Amino acid sequence: MNHSLLRLLWAERGSRAFYIVLLLAAVFVPLLNLGVADGSALHVPTYTVALLGKYMCYALLAIAVDLVWGYCGILSLGHTAFFALGGYAMGMYLMRQIGARGVYGDALLPDFMVFLNWKELPWFWHGMDMFWFAMLMMLFVPGLLAYAFGWFAFRSRVTGVYLSIITQALTYALLLAFFRNEMGFGGNNGLTDFKDLLGFDLQSSGVRIALFLASAIALGLAYAACRAVIASRLGRVIEAVRDAESRARFIGYRVENVKLWVWVFSALLAAVAGALYVPQVGIINPSEFAPINAIEIVVWVAVGGRGTLYGAALGALLVNYAKTYFTAALPEVWLFALGGLFVGVTLFLPKGIVGLIAQWQTRLTKAASLKEASA
Amino acid sequence: MTASSKFRTILRAGALGLALCVGPAAAQDESPAEAPAISEIHDPATLLAALPDAGYADKQAIAEQLVQSAGAQAGPALRALLEGRLYSDANQRVVVVDGEGEGETVALRDPLSGAALGSAASAALTKIGSNNKLRKALKGLLARLDLADADPDKRLAAVNEALRNLDAPAIAALRARRDAETDSKVRDAIDVGLAVADLASDSADTRLAAVQRLSGELSPDVYNALQSLVADDGSGKRREPDERVLMAADAAIHRIDNQRALYGGVETLFFGLSLGSVLVLSAIGLAITFGVMGVINMAHGELMMLGAYTAYVMQQLMPQHITAATLLAIPMAFIVAGAAGIAIERGIVRFLYGRPLETLLATFGLSLVLQQLVRSVFSPLNRSVSTPEFMSGSLVINDALSLTWNRLYIVFFMLLVFLALQLVLKRTSLGLKVRAVSQNRAMARAMGVRSEWIDAATFGLGSGVAGVAGVALSQLTNVGPNLGQSYIIDSFMVVVFGGVGSLWGTLISGMSLGVVSKLLEPHTGAVMAKILVLVFLILFIQRRPRGLFPQKGRAAEG
Repeated sequence: MNHSLLRLLWAERGSRAFYIVLLLAAVFVPLLNLGVADGSALHVPTYTVALLGKYMCYALLAIAVDLVWGYCGILSLGHTAFFALGGYAMGMYLMRQIGARGVYGDALLPDFMVFLNWKELPWFWHGMDMFWFAMLMMLFVPGLLAYAFGWFAFRSRVTGVYLSIITQALTYALLLAFFRNEMGFGGNNGLTDFKDLLGFDLQSSGVRIALFLASAIALGLAYAACRAVIASRLGRVIEAVRDAESRARFIGYRVENVKLWVWVFSALLAAVAGALYVPQVGIINPSEFAPINAIEIVVWVAVGGRGTLYGAALGALLVNYAKTYFTAALPEVWLFALGGLFVGVTLFLPKGIVGLIAQWQTRLTKAASLKEASA
Repeated sequence: MTASSKFRTILRAGALGLALCVGPAAAQDESPAEAPAISEIHDPATLLAALPDAGYADKQAIAEQLVQSAGAQAGPALRALLEGRLYSDANQRVVVVDGEGEGETVALRDPLSGAALGSAASAALTKIGSNNKLRKALKGLLARLDLADADPDKRLAAVNEALRNLDAPAIAALRARRDAETDSKVRDAIDVGLAVADLASDSADTRLAAVQRLSGELSPDVYNALQSLVADDGSGKRREPDERVLMAADAAIHRIDNQRALYGGVETLFFGLSLGSVLVLSAIGLAITFGVMGVINMAHGELMMLGAYTAYVMQQLMPQHITAATLLAIPMAFIVAGAAGIAIERGIVRFLYGRPLETLLATFGLSLVLQQLVRSVFSPLNRSVSTPEFMSGSLVINDALSLTWNRLYIVFFMLLVFLALQLVLKRTSLGLKVRAVSQNRAMARAMGVRSEWIDAATFGLGSGVAGVAGVALSQLTNVGPNLGQSYIIDSFMVVVFGGVGSLWGTLISGMSLGVVSKLLEPHTGAVMAKILVLVFLILFIQRRPRGLFPQKGRAAEG
């Protein structure tokens, strides 16, 4: 293994903490779930495993958004589009796996199509019963959408707020489109009632653990890949585009190509997150496209600290844990808390929690050095 | 024989026939021999008394005889029968139930004289029933009575009612009225009715004249009558034997179709304009905060929601005066939303100038807080805001085109708000300062403009306008916590499409987006139309990132 690459991945303290926490979770959660008896205090219930798996997907999504926002300055309010499209690809595969076990017992058509009185499978559902093809589509469709959108947007130099608003319009248009029954994706209800994945029962705790591990591995790999990108020469250019776009262009870099590359890569990460998310929650419906969800992702990143990657993952974890807790315990308070978080973080914590920690550290070291000097 | 006497004869003959068939059954209590035929009875009271025990066909004969003998006086009784308010009480009297009495009792009224008859327990009353056929006949009879009414509008309604159910007595009544009619509108309507009747004439010339008269009339009854004239009779031949009449009828139908298509187009355009007005109203406040100040206010939709809730609260405070409450709600909403806007500017936005993406996030968070606040205070359910009297109903232009008043008022209201804003920005000293600060802040400050104060005032102005738009929206859609959310993306689109910083651009872009989506809707469905418009906008912004009317000069940079 290339030493410089290894060093690069380990370079920051935050990165090291991220890998260690991820590794510990990947080892101990399955162990405590399968190895410890049900009644024990150390037992991790399968429900928690699924919940943590979900958080991992969110963290992956947050890293994807942080890559474009934190490092390239593109505030995307439409990453839910790629996330949900990836989820739908996985959902279609899972739907086809149900086969004749649906309510209507049709071997070929999913239940909602039988219900809508459709006679044959729409063309885009063909081949989705093969796992490799479905996964290919899971990457291809969001990737193509991101490529087409980015190609247009970056070439015509749509930037800043305008770009944010049209990404929002993009996901909003998809939301409306997927609500239509005629689209062939189950309309309002989306895709659900999944039975098994690659022949394994989705409800069994073994599959839950496997999905959790898959999410953890995907998160780790995506993190490492993003780090590698940022540390590379390309990463330097990406940051240059963020800080001084015109200057980067004048120096001779093809700014639109750089942006397009990062944008599509980020969209693919979001799609993977969506595909891992769907089997763990058991449903995908058009509300995943909602623009408000896209803004929420941005808030995870802002809360954790943008432009650090591990901060995004931390933010996703913390905000979603708070959401899970509040919506169950104090549903009234949740929106107040979330809204307050938006306002408070932007006003008082421009660098997020990670920035706050760094600030404390410098203050501590400063105090220590002062003490040393006076001593 | 005059028309009226002919009509009377026809009526009598019909009534007599009916009486002969079912008369004995109707008068079971008395000896059949003594019961006179209904057509022989001329006393209205006696006729009424026979109603409760009569069969449906007899009731119809009695009703016709009543009109015959009592004239307009029979109107209330027939109307009561039609509406199911005619009862017979314990003393076999026929009474009209007129509103609620105390407890289980109801107030009674004499059907002919209209005099109050005290009250009775509703349990002691037996309803005098009617069936569909009888109700149809009653409507015809009442229409004939109304033909002689003093009010021309009532006469016109009566003629149209007769046209809907054109039987021999109705035709006779129309003919009788034709020459006595003084109002030209009513006379035209009667002519149309008679022409429709003439379509069934034996003489081809009469039919031809009738068809020519009907050409260009938009009423659906006329259209149906013409259609049935040229329709197939089942054997491949058309019902009308005469070639000339057929050609004329085809031409008339074609002309009506054309006119209907034209009016349909006008209606679509109107719908588009009213949707466009809603879009402009919801976007125009944003055109100020976003366009002039460059602040992304994601809580803009919630400021509209505050305005809508202000209308609701005002109506709750003054339940007796809905119109006044709604009108008062307009300035109130301006104040409430404007104050909220100033608070937002002072509390949040002012720390974030020059960081548009952060502003977006902070105001979005604020919008969540405001939504939840409304949910906690007013409940998460939609509240209903009533429509003032003068805004309900519609402006009927002809049979093919009627414009609802509330949509019409929205268009006017939008223009008014737009004009007022233009005046404020172009003709007041505040407007001058606002423009100065937005064009060159440093220079404006150097000239002694207190830019901080202007920022707050501008933001308040934009927010106040959003509140006013909310009052207008409360008349069109449900007032609920999600009201604002559903408009925010649309309003941003309108502003960006029109060109940031341009009020005229906002007006034109909102109107054209409204018209385009209404034009698309019949072909694609509402949701698909919306998707297409969004996709169009996304592509448009790629081509012209600064919108339809980009700002020129130095203010455009940055």
